[in-house]
Amino acid sequence: MKKKNSFKTSHNRRSFIKVSAATGGGMLIGFNLLTGCKSDPPAVAKPKVIPLPDPSQWFDINAYLKIGDTGLVSIISPNPEIGQNVKTSMPMIVAEELDVAWKDVVVEQSPLNSVDFDRQVAGGSQSIRQSWTALRQAGATAKKILVDTAAERWGIDASECSVSEGVITSPTGETLKYGELVAEASGREVPEEVELKDPSEFKIIGQSQVNVDMEGILSGTAVFGIDYRIEGMKHAVVLRPPAFGKELVSFDDAAAKNVNGVEQVLKFGNKIAVVANSTWAAMKGKKALTAEWKEVGPIEDSAYHTKTLKEHLVKKAEEARRVDGDVDAAFAQADEVIERIYEAPFLPHTCMEPMNFYANVTAEGAKLVGPIQTPKWTQSKVATLLGIEEDKVTVHMTRMGGGFGRRLYGDFADEAAEISSLIKAPVQVLFSREDDMTAGTYRPGSAYRFKVGIKDGQLSSYHLTEAFFNGEMFGNMPSNFPAGAIENYRVDCHNIESNITTGAWRAPYANFLASAEQSFFDELAEHLGKDPIDFRLELFAKAKEQPIGEEHNYEIDKFVNVIKMAREKSNWDTKKTGVHKGFSAYYSHNTYVAEVAEMVIENDLPVVKKVICAIDCGIVVNPKAAKNQAEGGVVDGLGHAMYGQFEIEGGRAKQTNFGVADYKLIRMMDAPEVEVHFAENQNDPTGLGEPTLPPAGGALSNALYAATGKRFYKQPFITEMEVKG
Amino acid sequence: MANYKIKINGETRTVEADPDTPLLWVLRDSLELRGTKYGCGVAQCGACTVHVDGAAMRSCSLPISQIEDQEVKTIEGLSPDLSHPLQEAWREHDVPQCGYCQAGQIMSAAALLADNPSPSEKEIESFMNGNICRCGTYNRIKAAIQTAAKK
Ligand code: FES
Ligand code: FES
Repeated sequence: MKKKNSFKTSHNRRSFIKVSAATGGGMLIGFNLLTGCKSDPPAVAKPKVIPLPDPSQWFDINAYLKIGDTGLVSIISPNPEIGQNVKTSMPMIVAEELDVAWKDVVVEQSPLNSVDFDRQVAGGSQSIRQSWTALRQAGATAKKILVDTAAERWGIDASECSVSEGVITSPTGETLKYGELVAEASGREVPEEVELKDPSEFKIIGQSQVNVDMEGILSGTAVFGIDYRIEGMKHAVVLRPPAFGKELVSFDDAAAKNVNGVEQVLKFGNKIAVVANSTWAAMKGKKALTAEWKEVGPIEDSAYHTKTLKEHLVKKAEEARRVDGDVDAAFAQADEVIERIYEAPFLPHTCMEPMNFYANVTAEGAKLVGPIQTPKWTQSKVATLLGIEEDKVTVHMTRMGGGFGRRLYGDFADEAAEISSLIKAPVQVLFSREDDMTAGTYRPGSAYRFKVGIKDGQLSSYHLTEAFFNGEMFGNMPSNFPAGAIENYRVDCHNIESNITTGAWRAPYANFLASAEQSFFDELAEHLGKDPIDFRLELFAKAKEQPIGEEHNYEIDKFVNVIKMAREKSNWDTKKTGVHKGFSAYYSHNTYVAEVAEMVIENDLPVVKKVICAIDCGIVVNPKAAKNQAEGGVVDGLGHAMYGQFEIEGGRAKQTNFGVADYKLIRMMDAPEVEVHFAENQNDPTGLGEPTLPPAGGALSNALYAATGKRFYKQPFITEMEVKG
Repeated sequence: MANYKIKINGETRTVEADPDTPLLWVLRDSLELRGTKYGCGVAQCGACTVHVDGAAMRSCSLPISQIEDQEVKTIEGLSPDLSHPLQEAWREHDVPQCGYCQAGQIMSAAALLADNPSPSEKEIESFMNGNICRCGTYNRIKAAIQTAAKK
């Protein structure tokens, strides 16, 4: 018998409860609420495989799953789905340990449920990593109860039973299906300990499964936040201050109130809400508003940002984030000192689905529905805002049209709650694209200075100075590579105050730092006459032989492995005429990634044709979807590094919508092919929503250098190119 | 406000709306067809793409008053059972991430293939360039169109 991992079950010690009849049962209606009553394919669709029939009774097993009397399984996906595919991959993990056929699983999105789930957050690429064991235990516990029940019926020991796809088999060949046992198993105590499978036994994990909302997406019936409707719901749009640093003085709503369909115009805080019976009426009403604003704080602009960042880069912080040795002494003794500065602008998130939220605040409490990465935080903020108990606020997560960090901040949910409480009616607040880009929680504008000393052809000192605005999340990785590999090492951070709202943006901490650092490494390698990959490998070898200073946060072998994979898969060492390569590697969000960008010159313009990407994220749960994440991260990283020009002018976003003359996002024509390779191992999985983004900017700038001979220090690179495309 | 009769997904429907109301909001708010999405409102992202007499149009920039007597098709009417070759190819390539842009992508692609059943890679890229996918699923979209074109 295979060695199994035994785990104490830490939660869900709840016995089977008979739940409800499926016909007319409240629960079924409940869980179809947010999927537009289509959690299974439309009746006329041609399913490739026939799932078990709908049950007449469901049995609640634990917070993660129910089993019907036909054997059909309903798995509850706890975390918000922002396009990272957790609504498919998390239930796959439960189904694996439960040992059922994936075709016999339906998935439902859980609302906020802090009693049963620990971490209902979409952020930091942590959903799978942090829930891995809990999800497996949920499936394994249920399986054990069913097997115990079967064994008891047969009068044998549970260890004599084998299970496959929801069917339990005795040594003599008798079989019982989960659906036949689930009623009898009802009320059984949840075992104290369960055995988890050895990864070599996985049948669902590691096999690509199609997105569980595919039918809804392809038929246009999947319910995103913006699609949520309920009888009597009003539509609201909000006029916010025209610049950071301005406050409302007065407004005239006469014209707005004359717009067909506008029902109310009301001031709340520093904003004005236009409430109407349709989206268009609300939008028109807002356009008809006139308001007077006064300056109450500094009015910032991009020139001020650049200047301020650069002023800070030459200073040391009061307290360094990490100090090994003495960089200044080493600089004094160095043969040569090299210093480079890299800059990046504030960036909006531009989720494809603009911010929106539904709220219905009544005497009983508040019901919130919409796209949110942080339902728990939203619950507590709204409770505080309304002065009610947290348990009076319910939060349902819809499918969401992207998050990228913007939906961590529930400002839009707060607005909906406030407006609903004022108008005493259910309301959905919708941001226009212009609202979305002007009332952002932007990636802060930032700049990095790298200064190194070279002694006898070796790096003797490395000093990174970071500067950013409102960057609470920045500067948190001072022990990332190359910490540990260089004798004299120091990281300083300057967090500069600004009245522009900022926040996490896909791969916070790392998104621009990686790009800057990896560009700098390329330049250093060239300066030292080394191949860029060899240069990094030498540093890793040093860190391995004799690590410098306190602990560093990366595992050398894993890091080196992905670098070598990328080298091999991209044929790095074979030169191809006309193809210019750029290398980059970064460790973030617990995942190791190395990338090679291949660039050609087409019609006098440098074009990235392909990016080869090697990744170590442990076990790959859903390979095709995982590749999708990796591809998307690369495209996103390249796109923003190349085109993301976003400026602040007069305290306000200058770019307010998509368009050639406005804000440019990468489009199909500019997107390279992305080839993804995963390291094969059986380590617990980490995450993939973010880690392929940070290295992409570096791979791009290094390929650009190889192709054009020009180094790029300022994002977006398009502004630094002679020929603008 | 005026009454408009529109032919939508093979049915004739009457809606009451201001003449300047974009078709997008008529679809979403009056006709309960919310598969067509709002992304920019200025014909720059393609999320709101529908077919008007077979041509791909950005419904956010098309006032309802301009489309009388024309046939409108939305994602909900593309096929009764997800059997359109593009829908099948989308599934095969597991294209969507967040999924929000995908209805618009599919409607653009369907108009392209109706006009040009075997487009070159360059033709796909240039036709689809009006549709943004913030999640970056462009390669899969392209591959799915190529797969569907072969059917
Ligand atoms: S919403 Fe119409 S093109 Fe963007
Ligand atoms: S799949 Fe998210 S925008 Fe395209």
